[in-house]
Amino acid sequence: MNSDLSESSLLTTVVHPSKTTIVGSENWTAPNSARLDRLVNSLLSASERPVHTTIDMSGVQAFDTFGAWQLARLERALSEPGHEVTIVGLPQHYADLFRAVQEASERASRTKSKPRREFAGPAALGESVAKSATGFLLLLNMVGAVCAAALRSLRRPSTFRLTSMVNQLDRVAWQAIPIILLITFLIGSIIAQQGFFHFRKFGADDYVVDMVGILVLREIGVLIVAIMVAGRSGSSYTAELGSMKMREEIDALRTMGFNPVDVLILPRILALVIGLPILTFIGSMSALYGGELVAWLYGGMSPEIYLARLKEAISITHFKVGMIKAPFMAFVIGIVACSEGLKVGGSAESLGLRTTASVVTSIFLVIVLDGLFAVFFASIGM
Amino acid sequence: MGSSSEQPVISVRDLVVGFRDRNVLDHLSLDVHRGEILGLVGGSGSGKSVLLRTIIGLLPKRAGTIEVFGQDLDRADDQTRQALQRRWGVLFQNGALYSSLTVLQNVQFPMREFLRLPEHLLDEIAATKLEMVGLSRLDANKLPSELSGGMTKRVAMARALALDPEVVFLDEPTSGLDPISAGDFDSLISTLQKTLGLTVFMITHDLNSLHAICDRIAVLADGKIVANGSISTMLASEHPWVKSYFRGRRGRLLEHSHQQTPA
Repeated sequence: MNSDLSESSLLTTVVHPSKTTIVGSENWTAPNSARLDRLVNSLLSASERPVHTTIDMSGVQAFDTFGAWQLARLERALSEPGHEVTIVGLPQHYADLFRAVQEASERASRTKSKPRREFAGPAALGESVAKSATGFLLLLNMVGAVCAAALRSLRRPSTFRLTSMVNQLDRVAWQAIPIILLITFLIGSIIAQQGFFHFRKFGADDYVVDMVGILVLREIGVLIVAIMVAGRSGSSYTAELGSMKMREEIDALRTMGFNPVDVLILPRILALVIGLPILTFIGSMSALYGGELVAWLYGGMSPEIYLARLKEAISITHFKVGMIKAPFMAFVIGIVACSEGLKVGGSAESLGLRTTASVVTSIFLVIVLDGLFAVFFASIGM
Repeated sequence: MGSSSEQPVISVRDLVVGFRDRNVLDHLSLDVHRGEILGLVGGSGSGKSVLLRTIIGLLPKRAGTIEVFGQDLDRADDQTRQALQRRWGVLFQNGALYSSLTVLQNVQFPMREFLRLPEHLLDEIAATKLEMVGLSRLDANKLPSELSGGMTKRVAMARALALDPEVVFLDEPTSGLDPISAGDFDSLISTLQKTLGLTVFMITHDLNSLHAICDRIAVLADGKIVANGSISTMLASEHPWVKSYFRGRRGRLLEHSHQQTPA
């Protein structure tokens, strides 16, 4: 018996002509359950089932639900009609556990669970199309809700949450200034450096200033700032509202008679609409300054000449084109961030998913909007 | 009190735990013996959960020693600590189920990590454990956000019991349940305790659970254990908090029922 200690010491089968005895020993506990499972499997895979089986458990030193489950399985499998199984030598305090596990596993094996999700290509495609359609409707819904809330607070300005908006303004605009300054400064410098490097080949150094001025004021300034804000503030809006939704804070607001759009969403979106143009202005100035510095140190163009060229190259129209776009982009970012936040479900996973969706969607829409504005300004000659 | 000669499963000595300038637990000592259900009561904010979280190592302590299974967790190396953690299960107050896993996967999680079991065995054993806490296999593929309060507690219990621990820590297991579900959960704890031979450390506010299933009650007040013993000890105690808790309006109902059952 002791010859094969490693595997079979948990379970030994002694075959007699009249009856079979299965002898259990050692610890029938969780750490041994993988081994025990293999032994029970090989025992049950034998083609012929004995008519009389005795399972002798007196040698088992420790026994837990894992062991009890295997014993219950053994008993159930061996006691087909016409076959008989007796369990002997199971200590009283383990017998209670065994009975409980036996009943539970019996019940568990009667009901079959249905799989949660099966992969089906066409269905998944249809679902995602339907989902993007409802997503678009939800965005429109949010636009409507925010406009209605804005009208409500225009009629009764005392209900507007000014403190909340100032707080948000501090977070999305004031605290964003250093990083916006740094990034737009670098972008402006890089554009100027590339301009000098390539334009110098055909002696068009002077036009670098035109390029930097027009590009920064019309497109790059507002676009970079909007993308930064979408990543920085849009994501935090989504995560904030999402976790408030998960913890039923939004439901609590509703039951107290507050409209979450008035309390949470309108101040946030207004803060973005006010903050983004300010950041755009600051960012554009910083980019022009970066361009000037590179023109001076790398291109050998003195700051006086740079400023004079800039005055000639750009007009107030270019500045306006950039600034007009900023509040619209802010509105889109705010709407997307807030509606994604309210879509968060119960799980931590959905919070992450919605935050990602918020940033990706708002950056995408900002760029689409920029394209539409380009077409519009071109057609009205700005 | 059971066999006091035997070494206690959990032994807390002169424990001090505090936040900033306040000591929540102030030189607290408490023993939990093998195979008993200990009920810890105390006012809200008295530090019951702090004590539990300190014992299981989630909060740092300022002074004192905590020994679980005769081993000091502070001096244990990572491997010993992990081995110890496998010998206890914790039911958190709000369940703390992993929200992105299904009920079945939640119960399987510790088994999958610690025991190398084939997939079908994981499924079957987890389903059996769910049945043992009174859940049907039809609920097995739900996500935690789709469960009711009582079901969440049951799943959390099944997960706490996944590795067949010797000790379970229960943080207010019946709070938020209706009296019938609370009673069912009490009898579930008591049945599981008997069949699995568990040692149970339970924080509770439920006078009925204290009366029905706890072998011993410890009262936490002013950062110390101020009373410790059976329900009759509690009823005889002269400590003002214990008096108002067990002999207040709600406690009196219990006293009557206690007098009817001969001790």
